[in-house]
Amino acid sequence: MRLETGGRLIDRTRPLRFRFDDRWMTGLAGDTLASALIGQGRILMGRSFKYHRPRGPVAAGLEEPNALVTLGTGARAEPNVRATQTELFQGLRADSQNRWPSLAFDLMAANDLVSRFLPAGFYYKTFIRPRAAWKHLFEPAIRRAAGLGPAPKAADPDRYDQVYAFCDVLVAGGGVAGLAAALAAARTGARVMLFEQAPHWGGRAPVDGGTVAGGDPAGWVAAAVAELAAMPDVTLRTRATVAAVHDHGYVLVEERLTDHLGGGPGPRRRLWRIRAGRVVNACGAFERPLAFPGNDRPGVMLASALRDYVVNWAVAPGPAAVVVTNNDDAYRTALALRRAGISVPVIADARPAADGPLPQAARAAGIRVATGTGIAGTVGRGRVVAVQLCDAGGGGHVTETIPCDAVAMSGGWSPAVHLWSQPGGRLRWDEAGAMFVPDPDHPPTGAAGEPIVTCAGAAAGALRLPDCIASGARAGDPAAAAPPAEAEAEAPLLPVWVMPSGAGPRKRAKMWLDFQNDVKVSDVELAAREGYRSVEHTKRYTTLGMATDQGKLSNVNGLAVLAQALDEAIPRVGTTTFRPPFVPVTIGALAGEARGAVFQPLRRTPLHDWHAAHGAVWEPVGLWRRPYCYPRANESRADAVAREVLNTRRALGLLDASTLGKIVVKGPDAGRFLDMIYTGAMSSLPVGRCRYGLLCNEQGFLIDDGVVARLAEDTWLCHTTSGGADRIHVWMEDWLQTEWWNWRVFTLNLTEQLAQIAVVGPHARKALEALGGMDVSKAALPFMHWAEGTLAGIPARVFRISFSGELSYEVAVPADRGVELWERLVAAGGPLGVMPYGTEALHVMRAEKGFIMIGDETDGTVIPQDLGLGWAISARKPDYLGKRGQMRPALADPDRWRLVGLMTLDGSVIPEGAYAVGAGRNANGQTATEGRVTSTYFSPTLNRGIALGLIRRGPERMGEVLTFAAEGRRVQARIVSPVFHDPEGKAQDV
Amino acid sequence: MLMLVCPYCGVTAEETEFAPGGEAHLSRVGPDGSDEAFEAYLFARANPKGVHLERWRHAYGCGKWFLAARCTATLEVFGTYPAQSKGPPPAVLDRIADRRGAGAAARVGRGAPDAS
Ligand SMILES: [Zn+2]
Repeated sequence: MRLETGGRLIDRTRPLRFRFDDRWMTGLAGDTLASALIGQGRILMGRSFKYHRPRGPVAAGLEEPNALVTLGTGARAEPNVRATQTELFQGLRADSQNRWPSLAFDLMAANDLVSRFLPAGFYYKTFIRPRAAWKHLFEPAIRRAAGLGPAPKAADPDRYDQVYAFCDVLVAGGGVAGLAAALAAARTGARVMLFEQAPHWGGRAPVDGGTVAGGDPAGWVAAAVAELAAMPDVTLRTRATVAAVHDHGYVLVEERLTDHLGGGPGPRRRLWRIRAGRVVNACGAFERPLAFPGNDRPGVMLASALRDYVVNWAVAPGPAAVVVTNNDDAYRTALALRRAGISVPVIADARPAADGPLPQAARAAGIRVATGTGIAGTVGRGRVVAVQLCDAGGGGHVTETIPCDAVAMSGGWSPAVHLWSQPGGRLRWDEAGAMFVPDPDHPPTGAAGEPIVTCAGAAAGALRLPDCIASGARAGDPAAAAPPAEAEAEAPLLPVWVMPSGAGPRKRAKMWLDFQNDVKVSDVELAAREGYRSVEHTKRYTTLGMATDQGKLSNVNGLAVLAQALDEAIPRVGTTTFRPPFVPVTIGALAGEARGAVFQPLRRTPLHDWHAAHGAVWEPVGLWRRPYCYPRANESRADAVAREVLNTRRALGLLDASTLGKIVVKGPDAGRFLDMIYTGAMSSLPVGRCRYGLLCNEQGFLIDDGVVARLAEDTWLCHTTSGGADRIHVWMEDWLQTEWWNWRVFTLNLTEQLAQIAVVGPHARKALEALGGMDVSKAALPFMHWAEGTLAGIPARVFRISFSGELSYEVAVPADRGVELWERLVAAGGPLGVMPYGTEALHVMRAEKGFIMIGDETDGTVIPQDLGLGWAISARKPDYLGKRGQMRPALADPDRWRLVGLMTLDGSVIPEGAYAVGAGRNANGQTATEGRVTSTYFSPTLNRGIALGLIRRGPERMGEVLTFAAEGRRVQARIVSPVFHDPEGKAQDV
Repeated sequence: MLMLVCPYCGVTAEETEFAPGGEAHLSRVGPDGSDEAFEAYLFARANPKGVHLERWRHAYGCGKWFLAARCTATLEVFGTYPAQSKGPPPAVLDRIADRRGAGAAARVGRGAPDAS
């Protein structure tokens, strides 16, 4: 209901229409969705995760575990949004979650009826065996039932901004402590950034009362904000939540820019990525619920939350509210309710006496105070209509039933230590406050070992206004004077973890700790009985604190119950780990603009545009895009590949090989260096010649391959795979800089400086001769030689190397001349039947020749000897990278899987990744295997399927027929030589 | 996210600008090495909770490898120094001794720096 008067944040002249589920309602400007719903008499806002119990808001801020809705529709639908933090706007649409068919009538609430069969660890225990039942029965059913709001299916249409910033002091939290800290720091000349997650400054102080600088706290807040806003080096942001403090003071802040307007121009949210000299954590504290039977019934909420609803928004669940507490602060709620005209039939205080100023003020206002009293249960269906009082120290015998519309509970406060703990700050247990507080002797530290976070105000355990604001000022500047402040003195609280303390098992099974995940006192006690002594294990076993609020309300209560059950002191049980983020951050903000076309850079070869203009379909190769093939009209990709292969073998093909890695290695010790890096001897390679080389890691496994050309006495050009250029260049530099640092060698990655075109096929020589300028005859430029000159007037380096088995020249020219050369070749090759070919034809042709491909035939466990490449290893060299590794017994085992060719008996193509079925079973009881397919293609040249594979003792088993299993079928294939085409190599050496 | 100073170009930069390279000051074991020595070279890593010497590369900067002395528990950085070193230089060892005691410095000290 909406009260007739009051509400410091609402504007009664501006009504706003909004829809919740299928009903349109009216709220006021300044409302949150939660306050607007309460104003409309709606307390039921959601269902719990496990038992689908009815849930109303328990908090009024970011710690809310219950009132979660899906906000918006379609692609903009956002699940699990806290109604307590959602500012109302005209036309807002929200839907309740985790209910079917409707919020009021939820069939899954039947879970609640069987709840005693769904205790902690139920999933673990029940669904382990039998395995098949898990897959076919349990998992589908659980998946239907699980999850709160559904994720939107369409791409997020909104934009998200990211900004980098630096400051001396970053203050998280714009309550009086944060404002005092920011002011004190800014007055020293520091660059200050102050972030407040709410739309308003001041935190709790304007609601809680007291005086600052002799007046209303709200007046001081306004003056402080005005002074800060006028300072040039101060950044102020509301609606901006400090989500994380990472290593060395790296801070993430999520700022909500247009959510409260229901959208608008510009980015929806902004992620601040800040390097802060130091952080002041002034995030306040969270009030703790009390664990009494029926404490999850809608209408039961935190005392501070009910105070907020009444004072800030002038709403309440009804005209009467009972307060239940173990401390003096909750009396402020009783007094605020009374001032707003809401009756408080009783304050149930678990303490034996309550005689401080606040309880006295309550009594003076005519409110009944029942000390030593607790709650034995709540009454009501869907919402609370009465509470049952009992002796707080007894077993729960009901002494009195009191009708009410709401219950305001307070179990004390827990400082919000998240931003202190995330980067490693330690906590200590404060007996007097029954709370974990930051331990100033063990702060999180930065790069130089200096403290990087200071806690201030309630986050430091300074709960009373004068202490709170003073600790804020000190955190900003130790020399600063705090503004004078006054508030009522408070008597100590009485730790109450279970109410009533003598409650039996049935009552304990109705005391909720984690409202969203339905974890009760009985669940934690069960976990303790079953041997879960570590709080981290108990958390995972019971799911306590694993809901979207991450235990903000349940953590301390839960571990106190665990400590009691284990008969341990609370600090000995300890807390679970505080991990970022403090509150959920939307993925869109983390991604920022890095999505779609700008998710990662795209590398284009100098010939990219020509390929695009000539119908290339693309294959991603690392960040490169390479033409896969060039389909003609009405031609399938497979047909295009077959045409490209056959044309290259019969006439002339052109391949853009520009992505090939090209690393120059130069210097007096370059030969010595290459002899260490490659398995073969490169120092003995004559100038003008090319040699195939293998690179291994120290384990002995093959990591890359390519042709090395000796350019000059002290200079080599190392070709790497397309994906390997950067990696191998880094690899070379690693060894040169950190192992052989006195060797005189320089390396340079020239990959992008050169366009490289492979001219391949029987007419390749004719094509180059038509361009003119170089003698490319067999006599002048034999196989595995290279020459420099000009072709068609373009300076070029021409390599007689072949990855297809055909007569082949690879021509490298300056990148900006690549298109010119390509177009000249296309023109000159016209009468010769020239066609471009793509990566798939390249792969087919190399497989037809039995040439290995890094990443296909290798997977990080394959040595050159497995691939029949022992000839490329120099046995005479005393050392090379990988030599010692290859001497290990397992790598010399004759049973190793080694490279062979495979031909299916029926000519079909073996599925990719197929395994050769061996005899018997392996150690895991699975069917034994004795090899696998590494490359498999339809060969247009042979007009049948061919494959390369690694087979146990493969080369010794020529002619044997193996069975391969994959994709649910079995194929028989014969072991053959890996060289399917032109085994004598006649075609390439002409 | 760590902040490190590249000792070559002097730039103070964030972790994302660097690439980690594991434990520093490993001695390569070649074909003459015993099985035990080679196994230790390939696999045995110190992985201490405390002061650790490690390799980093200024991947998105000058491209140089360098070494860092860092506490794996608190992430405090005691100093960075060139990769062409047999051990941490005196200034880094002094800082470790100052912050973690002489024992910690002695444990990671491996003789004089060598920039030959
Ligand atoms: Zn650098």
